[in-house]
Amino acid sequence: MLSFIIRRIFTTIPVMAFVALFVFSLLYIAPGDPAAVIAGDQASPADVEKIRASLGLDRPYLVRFAEWSFRVLQGDLGTSIFTALPVTQLIAQRIEPTLSLMVVTLIFAVTIAVPMGVIAAWKAGTWIDRGAMAFAVFGFSVPVFVVGYLLAYVFALQLDWLPVQGYTPLSQGLWPWLRNLILPSVTLGLVYIALIARITRATMLEVLQQDYVRTAQAKGVGQREVLFLHALKNAAVPIVTIIGIGIALLIGGAVVTESVFAIPGLGRLTVDAILRRDYPVIQGVVLMFSLVYVLVNLLIDLTYTIVDPRIRY
Amino acid sequence: MTMQSSLPAPAVLAASSEPGIAPLPGRFTRFQRYLRRHPAVSIGGFLLVLMALIGLFAPLLWTVDPTAIATSRRTRVPSELYWFGTDMLGRDIYSRVVYGARVSLVVGFSVAILSSVIGLAIGLFAGFVRWADGIVMRIIDGMMSIPPILLAIALMALTRGSVQNVIIAITIAEIPRVARLVRGVVLSLREQPYVEAAIANGARTPRIIFRHILPNTFAPMSVQATYICASAMIIEAILSFIGAGIPPATPSWGNIMAEGRALWQVKPHIILFPAIFLSITVLAVNLLGDGLRDSLDPRLAKAL
Repeated sequence: MLSFIIRRIFTTIPVMAFVALFVFSLLYIAPGDPAAVIAGDQASPADVEKIRASLGLDRPYLVRFAEWSFRVLQGDLGTSIFTALPVTQLIAQRIEPTLSLMVVTLIFAVTIAVPMGVIAAWKAGTWIDRGAMAFAVFGFSVPVFVVGYLLAYVFALQLDWLPVQGYTPLSQGLWPWLRNLILPSVTLGLVYIALIARITRATMLEVLQQDYVRTAQAKGVGQREVLFLHALKNAAVPIVTIIGIGIALLIGGAVVTESVFAIPGLGRLTVDAILRRDYPVIQGVVLMFSLVYVLVNLLIDLTYTIVDPRIRY
Repeated sequence: MTMQSSLPAPAVLAASSEPGIAPLPGRFTRFQRYLRRHPAVSIGGFLLVLMALIGLFAPLLWTVDPTAIATSRRTRVPSELYWFGTDMLGRDIYSRVVYGARVSLVVGFSVAILSSVIGLAIGLFAGFVRWADGIVMRIIDGMMSIPPILLAIALMALTRGSVQNVIIAITIAEIPRVARLVRGVVLSLREQPYVEAAIANGARTPRIIFRHILPNTFAPMSVQATYICASAMIIEAILSFIGAGIPPATPSWGNIMAEGRALWQVKPHIILFPAIFLSITVLAVNLLGDGLRDSLDPRLAKAL
């Protein structure tokens, strides 16, 4: 068991190394001349050369990569071109709103999606099932900013139930904090709910056909107990896996949701950096989010043994 | 033993050729019957064809120049003259939305085709060349750890905004998904008895790939391609919406919404119409994908 955990932790190292290599190589993969693009149309040739030197594009690729990864390992993600502040500092300032948004969304989405998928599978073929799956297709199809504006228009502007935009730090109280996060979380959570509900339903359909489920029903175990204790427990691994993979959706969606609801988080930082062509910031954010994604999925892999005691390593 | 007879018949044909004495119905009748059995495919396909026609015949659909600026008629609400109203620069939103169908569809289909072809090549390579498999899969794992939208954003920060660069950026972000799928299919097919038989018969690798492996990747890949098409359309709109996509003057649904962003509280119509068109188009592609998945894999159809 312990050796498995250690081995599993070690497997994330090459993955992160390839992420770093890839993120670093984007400068070389991108079509055109990145230095000229970042410098902007009004820049003089001297400015372009300055940017090229600051990005290290004038030196050999491998030397640059070695230097860059050495600094990244020490927690130095470079300096923002626009604000001249360290990228790590910029990220640290913006992390709370994004983390809040993602955690609230995660909890909210899982609480809705799993029961939804379970009930859809239990009532397979009925209008409840069809309704849930139609909702899932819509969740996949309506882009996140469309949902955001729609919810903000109805619940904030027309009904005036919730604030339209903005963010209140958690230090100012739980309710003010949560109030500002309700609409963004519902917005961001929709596609995530769709994804989890679908997988839950599919896995449950398979599990519900197993003999032990029939046995449980035959010996008179209550329907709810059969569904949530016998069946869901055995369907847990794929569901937990998709919750982890879906984090990528949350990260991508957060960028947009924060723009719609004017939340001063990492998404806003990214969007502002895009408009100013502040590449080191974007690189830092991408690297950090990828690390979060890899670590979350590592944690999820490690929980398999808890979720499903049959799994032994 | 002929090679073809060992290939499993495509599910679509198997469904309609019941063991009987009656001659097989014509191609068209079979197609009709297929559409009736899979309403998702027909509804999705119909909506998609409709959008394609709207994009194709945009100049004939009572549109005006979608880039014509007129400061005298800014931010008008929808009326008989301006069906969807006008934006902050006085451009006719109806015309922009109709022309916007072109951008969305071109981006969606280009990304779907390009990433399928490249991903197929990488997947076949990884599936067949054992020593390369480990390296390729580690790279793919690494790429898949970067959320596709962020990867596209990072690439767009380094290039000039243009339709072509948006297509390249999203394609790079989508390739790993296809490559991984194809590799999985190849690895499972390699163990199939008919492939082993072909190898035992002395068939060369190219023949095995083109004759036995490739045809069997088409079903899962076409389903995957529709999902990639839908995802590409959404990513394009997001990129344009946050100002990292296609140049603002070009009428694309994401651009129209980006222009409406500042005024969304007072003039929600600017965002509303492109949002409806984008959602319907993505919905159509998703329905098509779900329908294809159900019809190509009857085992999955029961489960999903």
